[in-house]
Amino acid sequence: MTLVQVVVSGLLLGAVYALFSSGLTLIWGMMNVVNFAHGDFVMLGMYSAVMIWTALGGGPWASVPAAAMLIGTLGIASYFLLVRHVMKGPMLAQILGTFGLALFLRYAAFWVFGANFRTLPDTLVGHSFVIGDIRFEGSRVLAGAVGLAVTLLLHLLLTRTAIGSRMLAVSEDATAAQLMGIRPQRMQALAWALAGAATGIAGALIATFFYTSPTVGETLAIVAFVTVSFGGFGSVLGALVAGLVIGVVESTSAYLIGPVYKDVVVYLMFVLVLWFRPQGLMGKA
Amino acid sequence: MVKVSRRAMTAGMALAALGFAGDALAQTPPVKIGVVYPLSGNAASAGNYEKMAIELAAETVNSGNAELAKILPFITAGGGLPGLKGAKIQVVVADNQGTPAAGANQTLRLITQEKVAAIVGSYQSGITETTSAVAEKYGIPFVNPESVAANLTERGFKWFFRVTPVAADFARAYSTFLKEQKAAGKKVDSIAIIHENTEYGNSVSNVIVDVFKKEGLNVTQNISYSANSTDVQPQVLQLKEKNPDVAIFISYTSDAILYTKTMKELNWKPTILIADDAGFNDPKYIKEMGTQVEGLISRTSFAPGKPGSVAAIFDALYKKKTGGDALEDVSGRGLQGMLVLLDAINRAGSTEPAKIQAALKATDLKKEQMVAGYNGVKFDDKGQNTLASSIVTQMRGGQYGAVWPKANATADLVLPYKGW
Repeated sequence: MTLVQVVVSGLLLGAVYALFSSGLTLIWGMMNVVNFAHGDFVMLGMYSAVMIWTALGGGPWASVPAAAMLIGTLGIASYFLLVRHVMKGPMLAQILGTFGLALFLRYAAFWVFGANFRTLPDTLVGHSFVIGDIRFEGSRVLAGAVGLAVTLLLHLLLTRTAIGSRMLAVSEDATAAQLMGIRPQRMQALAWALAGAATGIAGALIATFFYTSPTVGETLAIVAFVTVSFGGFGSVLGALVAGLVIGVVESTSAYLIGPVYKDVVVYLMFVLVLWFRPQGLMGKA
Repeated sequence: MVKVSRRAMTAGMALAALGFAGDALAQTPPVKIGVVYPLSGNAASAGNYEKMAIELAAETVNSGNAELAKILPFITAGGGLPGLKGAKIQVVVADNQGTPAAGANQTLRLITQEKVAAIVGSYQSGITETTSAVAEKYGIPFVNPESVAANLTERGFKWFFRVTPVAADFARAYSTFLKEQKAAGKKVDSIAIIHENTEYGNSVSNVIVDVFKKEGLNVTQNISYSANSTDVQPQVLQLKEKNPDVAIFISYTSDAILYTKTMKELNWKPTILIADDAGFNDPKYIKEMGTQVEGLISRTSFAPGKPGSVAAIFDALYKKKTGGDALEDVSGRGLQGMLVLLDAINRAGSTEPAKIQAALKATDLKKEQMVAGYNGVKFDDKGQNTLASSIVTQMRGGQYGAVWPKANATADLVLPYKGW
């Protein structure tokens, strides 16, 4: 029975991993840019939730939309002020550009919020409930469910709508798309807005059960990068599947073998997958 | 002539504007002390509190304090170190960024660029290991107020002085405490130890396991994990399955928060929950999580004490400096460490490393001169303070109170652990 609980915990954890990885994979898929500041976008989403709760009260119903808008705006601003320019340079400039943005955001957070840890009250989302012998914690279930919904919506938006087709057209060939009457910059800015909004939602939801500190992005970003390259850079659905697989493997190996070995198991699996499928589970070859 | 004096005046005014005038014009140059702490990274919260405590020690010596001057020979009513012609203390702070490599680099910079007379640092045992090695190489005295890994004083270093009690001291305190509980009829038949897997967690858990084995206490589970974990549910489920009577956590702040939240989520609590200081004593942990861990047992080296005592005076000064945060275990030990160094420099009457080293070796501070709850400070050949000791505390209504040993207790012990 404990093992079932471990797997359930792993699935919920995995859905959250998928949620905060979707923004990263979206930006890669749209414009071949790796956003190294992604973890710090999540961190700012978490701080939005904490700030809104301390200033206005209210649970995720208030903080999630607000964080989506704030981090979405941050995404657009990053695109117009930084990414648009560094994209003209070599690959290294893009990497260092977003990496610089990451450090800027992290130390700005140190300056504004201090090094202290913040947490939201556990009662914000509701208590845990028990089905059979298995405990489900309200805030994780909410984060997991929203994670599934947001990644599926992003996937549908990209594959089933006109605007999604336009965005994909720009990512395939910006010049050809421009000749067809699509404005690449507008589509790319939209991609950053969507990625930012999804990341903001992720942050606001994670803050309900995780601690918030200026360096929390560092801890989470590693997981996001592994999830995204495991699922295939650019594939939103891949990030979802990869997130769930990593979540379950992580928690079962921690339970069965021992917590210090869980990363070894996860990264070994990661290396093996990349060995046989360098493009990731669902990435384009 | 006029031109020259005008230029000199401008230069003087520029210096004054930069705040160097006091130093430049004083008869004796300031004593530079390097301070290496985690000001960013996962332990930044504790590091910043400790930095403030150390700065407070220097500020108090610089500005003077009539009350403390009666008890501490290196503090005067008027300010400045009496043994060094009233020299002021200048603290040069560096960030170890939570990594041993950055800590070593910063220490090197402090010694070679800033020319500091001595170093205080570095919180995490794993980082103190590298920073003190740099100081040893350059022959600069290194005072360590708080790192507890046993091996730090087993390296044969000549410039390393540790003021804090070490793992063996509190392992003995825990085992005596648990045996007393057993004698009082509490169940302590199975004990789980959950520790983070860097120098601090590994060494403390090893010492506890050894001491408990000798004392006939039964350690049934020993779980090692990484403090940067994003999830600790599997560990808590392992505990829940075996359900030990006693659980001992050795954790930093972020993981302490995750364990507290996860134990509540998964609804598991042992009869006796012990947290070995560190993360569970971080003021931010206490503020955010304190009410969720009613009855949690921890250890401390700091209790505010009676009005007029060194601890109480510094506690009030510290509250003023931080805007309300009281001294606690980590900041109290940091302050104590810095005071030990200042006392030695004062007696050395010099900023020469060798003279400070000799003065540190001759340190003999009494119990009533302590900020921390030690019996005093006296170093053995390895640089370990032989008079360091621990107090067992219990969380009551969001605050720790001393419960053991009886002599130091301000509250009664309440068992079993209540939690949330």
